[in-house]
This record gives sequence, structure tokens and C-alpha cells, in this order.
Amino acid sequence: MARAHVYKRDHINTDEIIPARYLNTDNETELATHCLEDLDANFIKSAKSGDIVVAGDDFGCGSSREHAVWAIRGAKIGTIIAKTFARIFYRNAIDCGYYLIESTDAIDKINDGDEVEIDYNNGLIKNLSTDEDISFKPLPDFAVEIIKDGGLLEHIKKAMK
Amino acid sequence: MGMTITEKILARAAGKKQVTAGDLIDANIDVVMCHDVTTPPAISMLKEKGINRVFDAEKIVVTPDHFQPAKDIKSAELHKRLDMWAKEKKIKYYYPLGKAGVCHALLPEQGHIRPGEVIVGGDSHTCTYGAFGAFSTGIGSTDLAAAIATGQLWFKVPQSIKFVLNGSLGKGVYSKDVILAVIARIGTDGALYKAMEFVGDTLKEMTMEARMTITNMAIEAGGKNGIMPFDEITKAYLDEHLTNKKEYTVFESDGDAEYCQTEVFDCSKLEPMVAKPHLPSGGVRVGEIQGLAMNQSYIGSCTNGRIEDLRIAAEILKGKTVKIRTLIVPATPVIWKMAKDEGLFDIFYDAGCVISAPTCGACLGGFMGILASGEKCISTTNRNFVGRMGSPESEVYLSSPATAAASAIEGKIADPRKYM
Repeated sequence: MARAHVYKRDHINTDEIIPARYLNTDNETELATHCLEDLDANFIKSAKSGDIVVAGDDFGCGSSREHAVWAIRGAKIGTIIAKTFARIFYRNAIDCGYYLIESTDAIDKINDGDEVEIDYNNGLIKNLSTDEDISFKPLPDFAVEIIKDGGLLEHIKKAMK
Repeated sequence: MGMTITEKILARAAGKKQVTAGDLIDANIDVVMCHDVTTPPAISMLKEKGINRVFDAEKIVVTPDHFQPAKDIKSAELHKRLDMWAKEKKIKYYYPLGKAGVCHALLPEQGHIRPGEVIVGGDSHTCTYGAFGAFSTGIGSTDLAAAIATGQLWFKVPQSIKFVLNGSLGKGVYSKDVILAVIARIGTDGALYKAMEFVGDTLKEMTMEARMTITNMAIEAGGKNGIMPFDEITKAYLDEHLTNKKEYTVFESDGDAEYCQTEVFDCSKLEPMVAKPHLPSGGVRVGEIQGLAMNQSYIGSCTNGRIEDLRIAAEILKGKTVKIRTLIVPATPVIWKMAKDEGLFDIFYDAGCVISAPTCGACLGGFMGILASGEKCISTTNRNFVGRMGSPESEVYLSSPATAAASAIEGKIADPRKYM
């Protein structure tokens, strides 16, 4: 079971996810302590392992810094559900073997603090607090393959063999 | 069915005759750009996975820029990792301190950008190089690691939006004002996943430097790449700057190529623009916001730190005194030297500005001009997100170098046309 942190905002950008003042390190544990800091300084204090973030359009816009994905992964966030994702952020997540969910409905059907469960194989978000199911389109097969392999580099290594 | 310039370049890179928007392709990469923030993690990943090879030591260009000269111990460690790797791998085009510059100004200047090629870089503003009729896009560290090791990456061929720029720019209006107007119209995700193809007679009156300001900010509209047709102005720049490999292939969009959207701009009607916080799409005419008090003016970055930008700023600052902290950041050592030799440094010094070493510096909130809470900065950079240049309680207003210079003189947002 995961708790949802809902931000009814579009364009949550990479500077809010991990400010550049912390880019002098690529240590995931350290980055995680600043995850979403400039959006919500309390987020990292209240987020528990497996919790999810729900947001509007264009999540992850801005910089190509993969540090944004690492900060989220390092903070043990289960996934991000957004209406849409910015391109480089989305691609970086797949490359890291991190599954993101695109859903136009989630932002309206999940309230801050709701308990949710995600069925990735069947493309289903179960809102346990409202007893409502929200379907989403699973990632395309090639992206799922990369994620299953544990990220792009493992995927490439497999192909090299 | 005809193809767009973007489709043609990607088809060539994938060894195919024809590609269509939506196709997944494996493209051969011609140039990989590496800097100090995103490359050290890529190097570590490769090491960790036991992948030791570099696909081509002559096709990787390395320069520290974000935190150089090293701003603290941690960034010095990043530079050390980058330096050791570049030397170990015998990277031919490595630009350490002294030669290092803001990557997107440095690579074209040093002759690493050619039309028709596929260029990737571990930086979102890698889209800059599309001004030369190349396909160029920003990637993260894992993609960068893959590109360094294999020289290949997968891409989904993007749909293209055509931006038709017509008319001559008026006095005090520059390419920065054009791109701020474009983003104000379509929004920061208006071109999400798409190629932004810029055409039209306005481009004919722009230097390559001015054009690069436009493609540089394609990412601020969510674009995968920005691209422009090759012409005699492109050729003249390349004739001057290409030193190693001088041959290239020019591609152009077919007359019946498919566009998902067309946006037409009468650029003769544009006025100087200022993008209000906290999105680059917050552009308004300078008249709507003039008089707003600023604490700092910042003239530099991969968007507007080239010699033409410094000349424009100097023209306005000549014989004047700035009322607020004003930083001039030449983007590369060559630009720095040109500005010095042309006497621009004297103008800046006399006006009360400070001149920095080439660096990305405060553009991304690194160092060299960070904002305190409650402060406002007029800046020639590309992003005005919350906390971008410092405190999350500071504000960044994006403009051309002319508007930033005029605002420095008045200590508040000012219309540059009255200083011309």
C-alpha cells in the first residue's frame, strides 16, 4: 500500500525536483534528502518508502539532469503519476529502469493522502481510499524490456552478449 | 511522401531511405558532448557495469562548464573525475580550464558542429546546434553512457511543428525576443516530443549567433530538437570555424513534408520581451512590466553569452553607470579575448559591471551571482523556474542582452529602445 502525495500543479520542473545547488554530487542517497525540496520542503520529511507522487502536465520539464530521477528513486518513491511527462525526464526514468505512469484521470481521482495500489501488468491504479479503479496505458513493450533488464546499460550489455 | 529535415537526418543516421514520425530507430551518433555535471555519473555507471570502451575518442567533445572554475570541493571532485577519464580515454577534443567554455557556445565556435549530423549531449540545451541544420538533442547520464560506449541511441522520430518567422525585427528587438514570443504563444509543453523547425525570411537577417539563441530555447517549449535550414550565413560561419573535418551533408525539408502544426509570426510587430517568473512561457512586452525594480542584471549563458550579445550590451552601457549588481559572463575564452580586445571590458568596467571567467555560473544557480531571498534578477539566460538562480524566494526575469543592459542602468526593468 502506498500513500499518495498530490500536487495539483503543471510543469513541476527539474529545478524543483532537485535544485542545481545540489548537483555537485551524484550520490543518490544525498540527492534523495533534497528530493522535491523547492516544491515542498516538507515532502521528504513525510514521504515513506513506496509512497507515490501525483501531478499534472509536463512533470520533469527543464534540465536533462538524471539526478532528478535519482533523487526520486533514492527517496524510495514508488512511482510518479502525471498527466504528461517532459521528454528527457521520461526517457531518463526508463533508462534507469524506473516505471512512470501517465494518467489523465489520476490527478482528479486521487486525493492527497489516499492509499493506492498499482497493478503495473494490467495498467490499473486502485484507489483504496475511494474504492475506485483508474486504468492507465502501460509503457510500450520496448520500454518495459529495458525496465525489466534493470535499465538501459544492462539492456545494452545483454544485447552485446 | 516527403520528409522534413529532421526526418531526413535521422533516416541517414539510421541507415534508412525513409522514416516517418513515430518510427523507432537506432541512430548512429556523430558527436557526443560531455560536461562536468552529467558526464562523471555516466563514467561511473560504465565503470560499474564493466563497460570500458569509448566508441570513438575523436567524436566525443569534453568541457567542464557548469561549476568551472571549481566552485567547491564537491565540484572539484567532479572535475577530477572528468579530467582523469578524458585523459585515460585519450579524448581528442578535451577543453580543460583555460580552454573550457559554456558547451553550447564552445562546440560551434571550435568547429565541432556540422549540418546533417546527429549530436547528443548530456545537457538539455544541446538543441542549440540545430541552428546549423543538424539534429541535436539533450540526454541524461545513462543515455550519455550508452552513447559514449556504443555511438548509438534509440530515438522515436518526432513530428515536426513549422514556425514561420516573417518580417524584419524592429529596433531593440532580437532573436531572444522572438523565441520568448514563440514560447509565450505555445507554452512550455507546446512542442513536447516534437521537432521545432524554424523557417522564414526573418532568419535571413540573423547571424548564426542570433539563430542559436532561438534553437537553444526549443527545450523551453518541450521540444525534442530545434532546427533551421542551411543557407549562405550558415556556410560562412562554418567556413570560418570548421578546422578538422570540413565536409558535411546539407538536408532540407521537402515541399510535401508533413507538419503536425504550423505557427506563423509577423516578427516586424514584435517588441522587446520579458518572461516573468516562474516559467519561460511568461513572456510579456517590456512595456507591460517596465519600472519593476531589480537587484541584479546577468548577461551571459549558452543562450546569450556570445560576442554579439556582449557587443549589444556594451553599446547600451557605453558611458553609463549601472544602478544594480551587473555580471558579464563571456561564454568562452575566445569570446572573453575578443571582448577584451574590442574594448568592451573597459565599457563594462566603467559602467560598474563585473566580468567573470567563462562558466554556466549563476544561470543554473551554481555560483557567481546567486540571488538572496526576495531578490529579483533580469537575466539573458533561459530558465526562470523557482529557485533557478538561487533562493527559492528569488525571481528571474528573462530578456535579451539589450533589455538586461538597459535595466541595469535604471535598476528596474527598462525598454532598451530609449538607449538606441
